[in-house]
Amino acid sequence: MFEAAHLHKRFGAHVVLEDVSMRFAAGRLTGIMGPNGAGKTTCFNLLTGRFAPDRGSVRFEGRDITGLPPRRIARLGISRSFQVMNLFDDYSALDNVLVASPELRARGFSMLGGLVEAGRAGDVLAQVGLAGKEDVRAKDLSYGDRRALEIGVALAARPRLLFLDEPTAGLGTEATARIAALIAGLKRSLTIVLIEHDMKFLFGLADHIYVMHWGQVIAQGAPARLRANPWVQRSNLGLLA
Amino acid sequence: MLATFVLFATLPFWIKGVGLYPYLGVEVMIWIVYALGFNLLLGHAGLPSFGHGAYFGVGAYAFGLTQLHWGLGLGGGLLFAVLAGGIAGALVAAFISHRRGIYYALLTIAFGQIFWFVAVKWHSVTRGEDGLLNIKRGSVLGYPLEALESLYFFCFAVFVVVVLLLWRLVHSPFGRVLSAIRQNETRARFVGYNVWLYKWLAFTLSALIAGAAGGLLALAQQSAYPNVMSLHQSGFVVMMTLVGGGLVSFWGPVLGAVLFFLARDLLGAYTEAWLLWYGLLFMLIVLFKPEGLAGLLTDVRSRPSA
Repeated sequence: MFEAAHLHKRFGAHVVLEDVSMRFAAGRLTGIMGPNGAGKTTCFNLLTGRFAPDRGSVRFEGRDITGLPPRRIARLGISRSFQVMNLFDDYSALDNVLVASPELRARGFSMLGGLVEAGRAGDVLAQVGLAGKEDVRAKDLSYGDRRALEIGVALAARPRLLFLDEPTAGLGTEATARIAALIAGLKRSLTIVLIEHDMKFLFGLADHIYVMHWGQVIAQGAPARLRANPWVQRSNLGLLA
Repeated sequence: MLATFVLFATLPFWIKGVGLYPYLGVEVMIWIVYALGFNLLLGHAGLPSFGHGAYFGVGAYAFGLTQLHWGLGLGGGLLFAVLAGGIAGALVAAFISHRRGIYYALLTIAFGQIFWFVAVKWHSVTRGEDGLLNIKRGSVLGYPLEALESLYFFCFAVFVVVVLLLWRLVHSPFGRVLSAIRQNETRARFVGYNVWLYKWLAFTLSALIAGAAGGLLALAQQSAYPNVMSLHQSGFVVMMTLVGGGLVSFWGPVLGAVLFFLARDLLGAYTEAWLLWYGLLFMLIVLFKPEGLAGLLTDVRSRPSA
């Protein structure tokens, strides 16, 4: 479904990704793990169009999307959430989802027309556990709810491939369990790629995991197989950083 | 909205009673049109333009030239002013729409200064600092606009149309997307919006409205000067918008423009340094109530009664 081949990226003299190749199979949840600074988020940024790779290619459903801008990648059915939350803070939760919907996007240049019906936006909020908070402004939501809304905004575009960048960052045990349940539910209908530090969380959800370090993929495989990998064991203990 | 329209529709009948004069209403309406268009950019799209006087001035010169040399008539002249402002804005927006924040603001100043410089130096067309003089006002439906009442209600009609169109626009899907871009440009990009195009359109529309206001200004004062394009005068519309509360309310620029002209005429009656006092008010508002007069009114209305 999605394939990145031999990606290289450098910022000035600093090489941040070197010969990274990944495949994300349709209907599966792929995890990316590694210590801070391993290049996971940069990898996401290359795959979703924030930066163009210096070398290498990215293909989605057979189409070369290397270097396409984010808006064109989004329109192909690829959505992402962010590690540092990126919401429309002055908008209500409902408006956050609404503005990310394909219906509003299709009518975005309508200058004299009315707004689109909220309809499905309410369903998306219910799906991420924010039913009843439709009218609360994003900036007034609790941290956990903002994390859920971050996923809701990504889901609003009705993607076929969803990239989630550390969706549990900064969350406590209960809130993490809530996000895990949400992602487990999404897994049935979507192809998901997930960056995560929480090993228990990731190994419980993923079908396939890539381990990154020093801007490279140093191991990959099914969770059961990777558990025995010395790199992963060291990573789990925090020794890779 | 109705209250605003009623206020300006009846203004010629009561304004002399409070010691002011009907032409003030013409000036205020023109600057409200200009400031509301400007606020489409600053308040709704979050794009700071500090050289917007350029498009106001382009509109004024465009109208003046059509009346002095090209015989386009009043309607054609105003349409040309709108188009000239819009085209000038579209060209500038093409160069700056990939920027944001301070770089965006600095580029608007740089382009604004270019327009001002051209207006001062291109003597054969603009008559330099002397400006275009003796611009004819023409007539509408047989009513010559030389009469102040006719001029007033013609400006009022344009004012109503622009306010209604802008109100609709900021509440349309386009307005909703502009506001989303102001709040989070990065996320807007990642949910599929062509942010550059929206920013370009916002600037062009804003310049187009500034062109219309400039055309009305040249019509009203029967002249066009380069001073409205100066950085100094470009600052007026920024102050009006911020003091009025354009960042939080559609009506902010209306309040700001009214306050600005009242300050000019009432404070100006006592001191030539009225702008100093207005500037101090601007500083106080930025420091203590950045939401401006509109924010202040909202606070008063939402305060629980004792």
